[in-house]
Amino acid sequence: MNERLPRECELLIVGAGPAGMAAACAAADHGMSVVVIDDNPAPGGQIWRAGPRVDLPLRAQALRERFERLPGLRLCSATRVIDAPAPGRLLVEREHDAGVIDYHRLLLCTGARERLLPFPGWTLPGVTGAGGLQALIKGGLTVRGERIAIAGSGPLLLACAATVRAQRGRLVALAEQSPWQALAGFTIGLWRWPAKLAQAIALANPRYRAASRLIEALGERRLEAVVIESLGERREIACDRLACGFGLVANTELAQLLGCALDERGILVDQHQATSVAGVYAAGECTGPGGSELALVEGRIAGLAAADQYPLAAALSRRRARWQAFAAQLEQHFALDSSRLPPRRATTLVCRCEEVTLGELEAHSDWRRAKLASRCGMGACQGRVCAAATAQLFGWAPPPPRPPLSPARIDSLLLAGMEEVQE
Amino acid sequence: MIRLTLDGEALVLPEGTSVAAALAASGDDHARSDLAGRPRAPFCGMGICQECRVCIDGRRRLACQTLIREGMEVERTR
Ligand SMILES: Cc1cc2nc3c(=O)[nH]c(=O)nc-3n(C[C@H](O)[C@H](O)[C@H](O)COP(=O)(O)OP(=O)(O)OC[C@H]3O[C@@H](n4cnc5c(N)ncnc54)[C@H](O)[C@@H]3O)c2cc1C
Ligand code: FES
Repeated sequence: MNERLPRECELLIVGAGPAGMAAACAAADHGMSVVVIDDNPAPGGQIWRAGPRVDLPLRAQALRERFERLPGLRLCSATRVIDAPAPGRLLVEREHDAGVIDYHRLLLCTGARERLLPFPGWTLPGVTGAGGLQALIKGGLTVRGERIAIAGSGPLLLACAATVRAQRGRLVALAEQSPWQALAGFTIGLWRWPAKLAQAIALANPRYRAASRLIEALGERRLEAVVIESLGERREIACDRLACGFGLVANTELAQLLGCALDERGILVDQHQATSVAGVYAAGECTGPGGSELALVEGRIAGLAAADQYPLAAALSRRRARWQAFAAQLEQHFALDSSRLPPRRATTLVCRCEEVTLGELEAHSDWRRAKLASRCGMGACQGRVCAAATAQLFGWAPPPPRPPLSPARIDSLLLAGMEEVQE
Repeated sequence: MIRLTLDGEALVLPEGTSVAAALAASGDDHARSDLAGRPRAPFCGMGICQECRVCIDGRRRLACQTLIREGMEVERTR
């Protein structure tokens, strides 16, 4: 059914979002043999996730077509990197098999995930991430006629609202925590990026409420309503779905396993998108959230640098700076204000997997102590959701990741060891 | 169209549909149950939270990152 997994390559790219696809094109154009490993069922990453309910923008379609036809490219979709067992080697797992792949150079394009903060009722079916709801819709979920509330922070809320509208869902609330002044400042600043200004106008929505606070989700065995506070007034709004998100967090776990240094936004890189570890590059939102345009140009620079095409890479640095400035605007205007985050209630679950409440965690001074005492972060998601939440709630440094990076089968894990013994 | 079963019930859905969307199409989107037996459904939609884990043809898989296939047998987990 599946082609066999490749054993080695010159350039191994993890992630087939905008950054990974742009990088693969740039490197393959200069004759490199490229393997791309991607957890999604099809290339496109988070923004251009394929599915029965998606019409990708033309530019995305063109990039995907070019990417899929690249000579010298091996794409492994629905494949996850679970460990870096030795220098120059990654362990990957698919539904029916696993394998190790050796590389000369490695490029991390692992993207970002949503920051999902706990609030009462957030475990009820019907509550999802905002990008999460978009991803589910792209995968074929129908929301036609459903009452949908969207709350949290960031431009992804507006993108989610546009998707809901296009799918004939009924938007009943669109609550952003940032104040009007910040949003207005952001929009006014957009004249420097005309494409983004046009996008902002297209996404504008009459239900958009600034300075709003998500209070709780209500329901017995499924979501029935959401409570939102706006202008000092709390309103209960009946709904079938609540999509929430509070910005993005870079996926840095694999980079950390490899020993790459981080900064406060994500994986630390230099002007060539090289990380602190020799031969390992990073591009796109794993180096800090910044949108698809920045991911594309960073990906191209990284692909060129990995192919030793430094002058060509340098020629793109002005474009990168332009989109980095846009990313900085986003970060500034959508900064989270703790007074408008959901209220802290002792009974709210923070760790959804091990069912640990906020009250159980509050007594501790750091993540490690909290984890030892409560099993917080020791469940199936390995703290991906709750560690980002406790970083926001308590300022705790997230724990260093440990292999396997996601739950894996024993036979896959044994493979790393056995391959080593055979050599 | 693709045929699959969810806890033994037949479903027919368009190609390219995710197992997470198939759960919702069955009329009950829960994928697993928490310690007290309350339902949990897909949450992050992108392979991070593990809330959507189900059993697909005998293996533990994430519903949100897996596409339906002809003859696939999906079971909700505890
Ligand atoms: C859920 C979600 C929805 C979004 N929707 C939109 C939108 O509609 N519009 C918009 O403008 N922006 C959206 N964004 C922002 C979007 O992430 C960026 O604009 C853009 O996709 C970033 O590109 P990237 O290449 O850096 O990473 P991504 O597009 O995130 O691609 C990263 C890829 O790496 C893969 N990956 C990560 N770790 C591993 C691993 N260990 N093994 C194998 N593969 C791995 C992932 O499966 C993914 O395919 C969304 C973000 C999220 C988190
Ligand atoms: S919904 Fe989060 S992992 Fe599938």
